[in-house]
Amino acid sequence: MARTLPPVDIVIVGMGWTGGIMARELGPTGQKIVVLERGGPRSTGENFSVPMIRDELRYAQRTDLMMDTAKDTVTIRNTPAETALPMRRLGSFLPGEGVGGAGAHWNGATWRWADNDLKIRSMYEQRYGAGFIPKDMPLRDWGVSYADLEPYYDRFEYDAGVSGKAGNIKGRKQAGGNPFEGPRKRDYPLPPLTENYASKLFRTATQGLGLHPFARPAANASKPYVNPDGMQLGQCQYCGFCERFGCESNAKGSPHTTVIPVALKNPNVELRTWSWVQKVMLDSTGKRAVGVAYVNVQTGEELEQPADLVILCAYALSNVHLMLLSGIGAPYDPATGQGVVGSHYAYQGSASQQMFFEGRNFNPFIATGSMGAIVDDYHANWDFDRGPQGYIGGSTISVSGSNGRPIGYRPTPAGTPAWGAEWKRATAKWYQSALSVSALGGVMPHRQNFLDLDPTYRNRFGQPLLRMTFDFKDNDLKQNRHAAELCAQIGRAMNPTHANPAFYPRTWSVVPYQSTHNTGGAIMGAEPGASAVNTWLQSWDVTNVFVVGASAFPHNSAYNPTGPVAALAYRTGEAIRERYLKRPGLLS
Amino acid sequence: MRQPALDRRAILLLASGIAGAGTAAEAAPAATPPAAETPPAGYIFLQPSEALFVEALAMHMVPADDLSPDGVALGIPVFIDRALAGSWGKGDRLYMQGPWRSGSPNQGYQLPLTPSELYRVGIAQSNAYCQATYGKTFDRLPAAEREGFLVALSQGRLALPGGLPARPFFDVLYQTVMEGMFADPIYGGNRDKAAWRMIGFPGVMANNAQNIALYNDGRRFTAEPVGIADMS
Repeated sequence: MARTLPPVDIVIVGMGWTGGIMARELGPTGQKIVVLERGGPRSTGENFSVPMIRDELRYAQRTDLMMDTAKDTVTIRNTPAETALPMRRLGSFLPGEGVGGAGAHWNGATWRWADNDLKIRSMYEQRYGAGFIPKDMPLRDWGVSYADLEPYYDRFEYDAGVSGKAGNIKGRKQAGGNPFEGPRKRDYPLPPLTENYASKLFRTATQGLGLHPFARPAANASKPYVNPDGMQLGQCQYCGFCERFGCESNAKGSPHTTVIPVALKNPNVELRTWSWVQKVMLDSTGKRAVGVAYVNVQTGEELEQPADLVILCAYALSNVHLMLLSGIGAPYDPATGQGVVGSHYAYQGSASQQMFFEGRNFNPFIATGSMGAIVDDYHANWDFDRGPQGYIGGSTISVSGSNGRPIGYRPTPAGTPAWGAEWKRATAKWYQSALSVSALGGVMPHRQNFLDLDPTYRNRFGQPLLRMTFDFKDNDLKQNRHAAELCAQIGRAMNPTHANPAFYPRTWSVVPYQSTHNTGGAIMGAEPGASAVNTWLQSWDVTNVFVVGASAFPHNSAYNPTGPVAALAYRTGEAIRERYLKRPGLLS
Repeated sequence: MRQPALDRRAILLLASGIAGAGTAAEAAPAATPPAAETPPAGYIFLQPSEALFVEALAMHMVPADDLSPDGVALGIPVFIDRALAGSWGKGDRLYMQGPWRSGSPNQGYQLPLTPSELYRVGIAQSNAYCQATYGKTFDRLPAAEREGFLVALSQGRLALPGGLPARPFFDVLYQTVMEGMFADPIYGGNRDKAAWRMIGFPGVMANNAQNIALYNDGRRFTAEPVGIADMS
């Protein structure tokens, strides 16, 4: 029998970027706020100190900071005709766990998704006609515009200490930035990261092709920085242990060094770690949340935390999982197309061109998570005509090189044996002299890509696992094939000694790491019935529940998702603070 | 040139009481190894026949040459032994609830075995296969037959007696050999940071705020590699 705790005003589930932002924004209201984090506490000093943190085996191979799949995982299949099986260990994506969430070990790539994404259906219909959108692609506008989000993108860039160069300030193009970005009111808080040799080659080659390279905006501080809350970030040391690792220098904009400690300065904000929320409790009408049920995973005790307002800020997949377990919103049924919760699950596409440059050294270990030159000519650039290519979406193309950690990074020319003397020679010869150009692409929603509850497999508490049905569909494959051609073209312009065949995945496998950018399942929109949450990320069905995160994305883009994840969180925090708390009910 | 596969085999079998007179004779030269050799480390998990398999595997995949010592001298079997004896080997972070189905390759690992169990079962079945096919266990095969067996295993082209699928077993072998070669020496492999030296990876001491600009012209950054133990 669960023990019922004294009621509070607000429960926030999850203490990563979105939970931290929400607690930061709502703390000053004086409301009694409890944040429940299923993982443990994390601090730079205890968890990310040198030399312990520079352990590739522990953190990159064994995924020490990530979700523990022995306790909770998802089941996976490519099509509804298959039986889904559990993802028995992490591979394709790496959800975070513990205070800071994935924000403690992300790479820091920070983008402002613009109207070509936020108004995707309208813009494609207007330019190409409604017939251009495949019948099985439920493409949706998000219900917000770039202009709506601009102040919140700005807020995040300054809180997280993003390094970059503006390409468009108040409509005026800026040399050196992304010429295709939306107008911003001011530049980034920090200058771009230092350009490395690989980026120099890429920049020269892409400029020669008439493209527009710029430095990828990065929450890796190019200089020491104090954010508007007075939180201090150190300077990035280009240590090569960024993604999958915490930063000992506090140079990576992370929730545990920015919004979370600011939020916890408010005595009315309480963080409870090791607190695993199992479901949101609804009243007898099913229309109102009365709190959450959770387990103290250190004692095993079952607890109920009554609250007036519940804000789900878990990982995107976990948000959807909690909605389905709690009965919030109508579950999506792929057979009929009815229901919304679980629909529009999307992932990301990719392509790459591996190359080798004899006698030239790229020092791949001198690196940080989000450095590198990139072109946006095939994504945000609306002048790029998708008509001849026949797909919706696009790709950003960059020179990769976030690390040279040797268990994971040992490129060799195609045809090299995988072991033995010849493998050793090739590995030693090319480790310093290999480079790849890679593309990140969107994934459009498809009626047969969705999330629901698994009928067979259970988590550590006996609850059904989330079931993921996903594969790259025709639109994604066209886009990724095109991206591979573009990578190869740019690669040739860089004049390598050898080039492997350009690659893109033909089907989705859970095994190799691809991207921790899982989106959708609880999508936002302007109309109930076609979306799970409104544009304030408020459940249409249970209006005292908000669902914050990439679960709200109606499709996935060629940009990394954290920019709009954070911007939407700030916007929702402001709406709750300024409007909802004064007059609870459906926000309009 | 040392002949560690044979020497180690004899030593292990002698120590385990398995060896006959013939192998004892083969073992004689190894009884007095050169002083410069790293003394063989004891094993926690690997049984004698498993140690022979793993040492032969490490020697075959990572032969000695001017780039590095061989896989045994690098400590790869010690790394593997410790990994299998530790939490990862015992299934840490591995979802181990049934029902068990083989699934499609896209669905990833689906066997009801922890890595240490997979190693144990896989080595036994591999040795049984090699015995039936070549008349010898894997560790006693000449290089060409070892190579043939590993290539077939890696391609999932052979049927192990007992029914273990070849690919997942190869995958764990290959993964752990590479980890043992390139992980921080604190785990028992990559002895003397020789694998890092081989490729020019400088290790964990990496404050490159100046180097990022200094080395942006194609020059090679070189430094004596530093491991976790060196900084602790």
